[in-house]
Amino acid sequence: MPYTITEKILLAHTPGKKDIHPGEFIWAKIDLALANDITAPIAIEEFKKSGAKKVFDTKRIVLVPDHFTPAKDLRSANQARMLADFAREYKITNYFEVGQMGVEHALLPEIGLIRPGDLIIGADSHTCTYGALGAFSTGMGSTDIAAGWITGGVWLRVPETIKFIYKGKLKKWVGGKDLILYTIGDIGVDGALYKAMEFSGPVIEALGMDDRFAMCNMAIEAGGKSGIVQPDKTTESYLKGQGFPLRHPTTKQWYGFGGQARVKGQGKKRIDLKSDKDAKYSDIKEYDISKMEPQVACPHLPSNAKPVSQLKGVKIDQAVIGSCTNGRISDLRMAAKIFKNRKVQSTVNAIIIPATQAIYKQAIKEGLIEIFVDAGCVISTPSCGPCLGGHCGILADGQTAIATTNRNFLGRMGSPKSFVYLSNPAVAAASAIKGRIAHPEEI
Amino acid sequence: MILKGKTHKFGDDVNTDDIIAAKYLVSTDPAELGSKCMETISPYFSKSVSQGDIIVAGKNFGCGSSREHAPVAIKGVGISCVIAKSFARIFYRNSINIGLPIIEFNSADEINAGDELEIDLAEGQIKNITQSKTYKTEKFPAFMEKIVESGGLMRWIKMLG
Repeated sequence: MPYTITEKILLAHTPGKKDIHPGEFIWAKIDLALANDITAPIAIEEFKKSGAKKVFDTKRIVLVPDHFTPAKDLRSANQARMLADFAREYKITNYFEVGQMGVEHALLPEIGLIRPGDLIIGADSHTCTYGALGAFSTGMGSTDIAAGWITGGVWLRVPETIKFIYKGKLKKWVGGKDLILYTIGDIGVDGALYKAMEFSGPVIEALGMDDRFAMCNMAIEAGGKSGIVQPDKTTESYLKGQGFPLRHPTTKQWYGFGGQARVKGQGKKRIDLKSDKDAKYSDIKEYDISKMEPQVACPHLPSNAKPVSQLKGVKIDQAVIGSCTNGRISDLRMAAKIFKNRKVQSTVNAIIIPATQAIYKQAIKEGLIEIFVDAGCVISTPSCGPCLGGHCGILADGQTAIATTNRNFLGRMGSPKSFVYLSNPAVAAASAIKGRIAHPEEI
Repeated sequence: MILKGKTHKFGDDVNTDDIIAAKYLVSTDPAELGSKCMETISPYFSKSVSQGDIIVAGKNFGCGSSREHAPVAIKGVGISCVIAKSFARIFYRNSINIGLPIIEFNSADEINAGDELEIDLAEGQIKNITQSKTYKTEKFPAFMEKIVESGGLMRWIKMLG
């Protein structure tokens, strides 16, 4: 029977199952279960209430305090402490204090916790990011994660898949963020509700890993259950650390293709991580992106995408470059190209947030941080920070921001009377310099 | 289970930041979260809810983040059930897992704000007392019915042993 890559991964993680169909419910084994300082407290409470004595595997639970850390106030400090205490009590190895940490969805791939073919659940909606490495990963709530910590399993409805094919040649200053904003603009914030989004075509094959992460990261903004890119040479190079200096060189590849869960339940054959030629899709969307400009999503939905040139009159008070969508090294390099030897408009707060400590260090090494400071930007320690209106850049009444983050809901970055526009890092940097939304070509 | 209450209406794409803003995610207490429920889009909402009231909304209710605080806040403010044309995936899971009844209902537009409803979950029936209309609704898939019947995900897992 022909399958999509998503169906193959799910089948391989479901012990005793011979075939699989969209719409059916399965109880699947998980390779990793993640939570952060906002979602873990509820998971920990549920775990303790259940009376469970131990977790299913001390190496397969990941706790990253990244949303309100370094602790922004007493209550967030107390929540973050719950993670530290739980990690110590249950001997969970993948727990990260601020010196080792990063925004979870940038950190996990970087330190080698994600392998193609894995099944990952996370109490964070942007867990879908890891599909960029050819894994099935999806966000869910705290109770689901607590159940996963106890049983090593999860209930899932096998999703239908929508295939997206991108053809043509990307213009300068256009990347993964623009492709996904354009796509969400086309299908809407519930256009892929409950479905897997498979990104493919020559444009995706030529795309770097950071851009693929940005695309899969925002699958949830179209209502998607997961986003996925078939592993290829780019994926392989990334996993081996070739040309990706930030990949942790010492991490043992203890998950292997298809994950331990599969190996235990289903023999040792590797999954062929490709969608079969005659696999069934609920829809196929094809885009020619040769003429596509950088995209900007207007308030208050990620689906309000417009070409940047239509928005040049919009004045901004703040520019944020960071987050699990666009806080990676290639994002910072792109921003630095724009900021080099230029100054941020005196009326604008420009905030740069490297997504992990390793990205921060690499940015120092490459001289990017100096470029940002000289331009008049501030640099924050890794944190989700302003993306969800947590800290480090809350908007006041009436203020407008352009951000490389993933959501522009009403009040998302602070005041319910503020406005957030979403873009790629080059557009955000150009806008910081002009004091209004700007195309990088104007610089 | 029979649920009875008056309705509060919301539109399409109500997101989890609307339901409970991130600044309040320093608590896991249902009553505290409930007191801030819908604050951004409807500042007086929490004060206007009586125990047992029902939310009626458009498509894609609960889109956005995975915060379980969202259905917890809705339950915490006293809402007994959410009826919407469709639900975002994670919100749907979370509601089932914490035992907040939710109903997918295509004709949600026919229900007005303030209407008195009586919902029979087991029968899959919505009775609009104000308008004297009765509707049949989709039942949960059998798999989820079992989780709901067990009293939520954690209890279901315990039953499995």
